[in-house]
Amino acid sequence: MEYEPVIGLEVHAQLLTASKIFCGCSTEFGAIPNSHTCPVCLGMPGVLPVLNKKVVEYALKMALATHCTINETSNFARKNYFYPDLPKGYQISQYAQPLAEHGKVEIEVNGGKKVIGITRIHMEEDAGKLIHDEYNPASYVDLNRAGVPLIEIVSEPDIRSAEEAGAYLKRLHEILVYMEICDGNMEEGSFRCDANISLRPKWETAFGTRTELKNMNSFRNIQRALEYEIKRQRYVLENGGSVAQETRLWDDAQGVTNPMRGKEEAHDYRYFPDPDLVSLTVDELWLEEIKRSLPELPLKKRERFVRDYQIPAYDAGVLTSSRALADYFEAVAKLSGKPKAASNWVMVDILKFLNDDKREIKDCPILPESLAQLITLIDAGAISGKMAKDVIVEMYETGKSPKAIIEEKGMVQIADEETLKKVISSVIGANPQQLSQFLAGKDKLFGYFVGQVMKATQGKANPQLVNELLKKMLAET
Amino acid sequence: MKLNELTIHELQDKLRRIEVSAVDIVSSVFDRIDAVEGKVHAYIALMKEEAYEQAARADEDIKQGHIKELTGIPIALKDILCTKGFRTTCASHVLHNYIPPYDATVIEKLKQAGAVFTGKTNMDEFAMGSSTETSYFGVTKNPWALERIPGGSSGGSAAAVAADECIASIGSDTGGSIRQPAALCGVVGMKPTYGRVSRFGLIAFASSLDQLGPFTKDVEDCAIMMNVMAGYDPKDSTSVPMDVPDYRSFIDRGIDAWTVGIPKEYFIEGIDAEVMTAMQETIKLVEKAGARCVEISLPHTDYCVAVYYIIAPAEASSNLARYDGVKYGYRSSKCRDLLEMYKKTRSEGFGAEVKRRIMIGTYALSSGYYDAYYKKASQVRALIKRDFDQAFTKCDVILAPTTPTPAFKIGEKTDNPLQMYLSDIFTISTNLAGIPGVSVPCGFAGKGLPIGAQFLAGHFEEGKLIQIASVLEKTAHLKSRRPNL
Repeated sequence: MEYEPVIGLEVHAQLLTASKIFCGCSTEFGAIPNSHTCPVCLGMPGVLPVLNKKVVEYALKMALATHCTINETSNFARKNYFYPDLPKGYQISQYAQPLAEHGKVEIEVNGGKKVIGITRIHMEEDAGKLIHDEYNPASYVDLNRAGVPLIEIVSEPDIRSAEEAGAYLKRLHEILVYMEICDGNMEEGSFRCDANISLRPKWETAFGTRTELKNMNSFRNIQRALEYEIKRQRYVLENGGSVAQETRLWDDAQGVTNPMRGKEEAHDYRYFPDPDLVSLTVDELWLEEIKRSLPELPLKKRERFVRDYQIPAYDAGVLTSSRALADYFEAVAKLSGKPKAASNWVMVDILKFLNDDKREIKDCPILPESLAQLITLIDAGAISGKMAKDVIVEMYETGKSPKAIIEEKGMVQIADEETLKKVISSVIGANPQQLSQFLAGKDKLFGYFVGQVMKATQGKANPQLVNELLKKMLAET
Repeated sequence: MKLNELTIHELQDKLRRIEVSAVDIVSSVFDRIDAVEGKVHAYIALMKEEAYEQAARADEDIKQGHIKELTGIPIALKDILCTKGFRTTCASHVLHNYIPPYDATVIEKLKQAGAVFTGKTNMDEFAMGSSTETSYFGVTKNPWALERIPGGSSGGSAAAVAADECIASIGSDTGGSIRQPAALCGVVGMKPTYGRVSRFGLIAFASSLDQLGPFTKDVEDCAIMMNVMAGYDPKDSTSVPMDVPDYRSFIDRGIDAWTVGIPKEYFIEGIDAEVMTAMQETIKLVEKAGARCVEISLPHTDYCVAVYYIIAPAEASSNLARYDGVKYGYRSSKCRDLLEMYKKTRSEGFGAEVKRRIMIGTYALSSGYYDAYYKKASQVRALIKRDFDQAFTKCDVILAPTTPTPAFKIGEKTDNPLQMYLSDIFTISTNLAGIPGVSVPCGFAGKGLPIGAQFLAGHFEEGKLIQIASVLEKTAHLKSRRPNL
């Protein structure tokens, strides 16, 4: 029987606000344990939460970027459960009335486009972290992360394969990072994903029994976990068994999913409206302001690059993979007026340099102005493309402008006809044997003469001009 | 009269005229505490050292000519208010060793107003109770009859004022915890509108119902305390950014041509005969002062206790989850694992009434029961609120008994939680509706037990309550009676 996977994803993204969601503590990662805490995020008796407006702004940005309907009024709720990293014994989240609902994102899989629905986006607070002592039977609690703002983005069960899941996650990740509301760091847990997955016979419309997958901390692991789970569920179903509704943890080392222990799973969260927070009303004018402040999103940018700069879709994809890279390319394209050349230089040379050094575009020693200058110099015939390849290496290493490098090294191209004519005639004069062979019909020797001219000019001769003049002068001999 | 028996405004007059010093006042209060605290047990902990320091500072301020609303006035604090560096227990074993790292907003305000703190007063554990009998630190006695309860949950704060062991005190009121003990101890107690006074630093029982308020010896003092306590606090999202009037300006304005609503649902069978008589006397006094009393109806009154005992425990079950032994407070020793630590800490740390309410609340929020209990209760709560909104279109204030009976005996209702819950029958609706209420002494039962009358007004109409309460106080002539200790 042919089975079809049905997948829905829950993404938790940490928002890049300076302070926590309900108090003024810093959200900085990696500080000394419990140094970014106060009575509020420690859950001391008597404290009250106060909502950070920046968190709402960032969450609204994501909601707008994913075409969600913003709820004019939304509410916070308490999710009750006991765990040492949860200081109040409940997490403040949104439940019955989330911030935003009914959104969508477009993904591309195998060259085809597909729309994945977004059920809801809501705000909540992160929990702290437990640190287990490896040598003693003790555990420690670090509450620096407690109260760091998160948004949870819940997808519709529209995803049908591990590849689609990967594409969807990458799209969300890209949008979040593009808008600079999340750093997207999966290792530090700034971008986390849980998956719900079930299988059903291809012709069936009802959903099968689902499992929830947790503990996957990279795009690769999410895809691997889903692939494994599809295989596992298919095996169970094909052998006449039934899938148990349970939470399963991905075991990276073994490459399998295992059921979570029953006790850990048996939660009744007893959600109810948080009486310490009033309803959140999103002001229309404020929302308009946020809308106006949204950056151009990657998909739109890609389409515009193809259209306006006449570059291939693939190149546009690479160039828009980050906002900084896209900005870099656009600056070079605009300053040089040669988008095609700009694209080639950025895609081939700049990205290789950065890749080799594991650097980010923001740390690139070649400023867009310099690269544009280089392109202009080539275009004007001041240097050859070949010379430019040497110049750009120098530019990357020293951060100097191409003009400075060319002057320093005396690399200016010889494009003066009279000068070249003199060189050519001396080359012809110095090679009588090759000349007679050439004149006897050995055309291949033309290249030999070109090489000699270039050699005599230390490669500075304008090759096109050399070609032209050499042809003419050889014919005249 | 001794200094500790005077009111805030009387003492402030004396301080201003330099007849007495703040140290004189605090000394007289601690002399009184030394004399009667053994009988009353109003306090969990005294702040004697701090009080004398604050009093000395107050005297300095007075010398410099800086006299503020509460300069040099000894005030007792319910042990539910977080005091920086001073143990705050909520009368619970689970917090028996907890020292807050911060001051509640109300504490800050009182400090800024120059107050002197006498100590932390006894209460029902986590404010859950109507008699101060559920305290981990023993029972507080009613100063008027030591074999009787002072009411609760702010019984210690009420008894301390009644016994002149302080000049005024702070309590919290979730379902009557200020007004009921005020009535039973013969003092003035006000629960302000929800959102009028910051809850920041008030250890939460039921967040949508809790509100801080004062206990005082007279109505003018109540106005003075409200002037200091009320106001928006950016640290409390549920506090309301609204101007605070000068409550003192409502004293002696009279109530000529007012309409006072008498809710028929509050004058029912089962009310103590002496309470009923005192209420009838009160109605006469109010009418004599120029008001017209009309019968009104609050049709959903019957549901108040049921709604309250779902919503309050539901919120409490969540609010009290943080007492898990992980971060502060009591932790059971020798636990083998996390689950055992949670279970033992909470089993040993909480008293029976608190556990009962956590269980009720947990049940009411559980999946499959939420709609039938919490959700339904919230819907009925909206109807109760609407009852009051409609009533206040017909009258300026509502008058009702604060309690159905005078103070009952210690131990009388401890075995019967339902009977205990019914002692709040007249005070609970106020909290559900979020409106303000004040209890003022209006008579005495034959055994010399105080009886209180309760006035209720619309949201943020505390001024009206001060206005009518001051009229009743003037005409009832009860102020001079003191308990014989």
